[in-house]
Amino acid sequence: MSKPLVRDVIIIGSGPAGLTAAIYAARANLDPLVIEGEPSSSSDQPGGQLMLTTEVENYPGFIEGVMGPELMANFRAQAARFGADFLTRKITKVDFSERPFRLWIEDTELHARSVIVSTGARSLMLDLPNESRLMGYGVSTCATCDGFFFRGREIAVVGGGDSALEEATFLTKFAQKVTVIHRRKELRASKIMQDRAFRNPKIEFLWDTVVTDVLGDTTVSGIKLRNIVNGEESELAVAGLFVAIGHVPNTDLFKGQLDMEDNGYLITQGKSTRTNVEGVFACGDVQDHTYRQAITAAGSGCMAAIDAERWLEATGEAEHEIMETPRNW
Amino acid sequence: MAGNISTLTDTSFDEEIKGAEVPVLVDFWAEWCGPCKMIAPVLEEIATEHPGKIQIAKLNVDENLEISRRFEVMSIPTLILFKDGEPQLRLIGAKGKGQLLQELEAFL
Repeated sequence: MSKPLVRDVIIIGSGPAGLTAAIYAARANLDPLVIEGEPSSSSDQPGGQLMLTTEVENYPGFIEGVMGPELMANFRAQAARFGADFLTRKITKVDFSERPFRLWIEDTELHARSVIVSTGARSLMLDLPNESRLMGYGVSTCATCDGFFFRGREIAVVGGGDSALEEATFLTKFAQKVTVIHRRKELRASKIMQDRAFRNPKIEFLWDTVVTDVLGDTTVSGIKLRNIVNGEESELAVAGLFVAIGHVPNTDLFKGQLDMEDNGYLITQGKSTRTNVEGVFACGDVQDHTYRQAITAAGSGCMAAIDAERWLEATGEAEHEIMETPRNW
Repeated sequence: MAGNISTLTDTSFDEEIKGAEVPVLVDFWAEWCGPCKMIAPVLEEIATEHPGKIQIAKLNVDENLEISRRFEVMSIPTLILFKDGEPQLRLIGAKGKGQLLQELEAFL
């Protein structure tokens, strides 16, 4: 087999962080290759978490808002316009112990002088046996895909953050009633999302409550609940269950190679996107459990491309003549 | 490319499924479903690469409620493979090409 070509930059992941890094790296003449992931019905897919949302109202520059998938299609087209290459595959193994870095897609080996990790985070599920059994039969990971099938039915959304309230609000377009189940007494979600949900006559809240089981033979018929304050157990009849209880970073691939916090998020140095491995940079939700916004992910993607570019320049490793970003506007 | 993929409706479904000479993989989809759009090109490729082995057909759930209800589709994309008119395999959610081919291996 011929020796694989060594790319200046390989970007793993294609959400706002990875695609912004691709735009900047391509404009810096670094000829980036983006391993964009594979189709799925969870947020672990090309384009990332925004692919499963509807209207994004807080991304600057879009006065009337923009649809999540449309925004990501634009990011991608913009990166492609400057020459970024894409592979719709998943990296299955990496070896950052020597340079050039080695990456694999199954048996195919790729080499890179620098790597930008932007694999993001995926939604947590409740992790109940009946939840996975009824996946696709009332349990859904994609409200925008499946809301339609719950027209006139009663459904439940678990969670108390922006994602949970966005899903709940969206689902009232179809469902007769949406019960938001949250394990605390107050929501984490932003004020505007809370106001919208509280005003919506189809949304009800169950506080201090957790889901302990999903009921149903062939399709979801209800859920089992426990009030965590008084321990009381109850059942709620619903036809659908949507879970939005938080995220876990996609970092399994990097265990033992990149430093991470106890919760799995990658550690970057100071205000930079540098990881503990020189030449490997991390941006977006994979290294941020605090802000987790499309705009902060995009911002850190830009930083990662600049960090990679400067590092390649300093080490004299880049194959191409680097066009420094500030001169390139 | 679209020539490799046929379109089914509530009215044409039974006749086409029963009359098919090869297994038919039906893609239950809708315009507003992002993951459905993402697997469309993958299905096109599979259809093109396996001529005479498998037929791939799309059924829009938004316009064809009767068949969608008959097969209790509650999540899209759902792919159901019919052989000799009977459902043999059901795949829920979008998947990459490699994984799809693996799942369909017995029928290709």
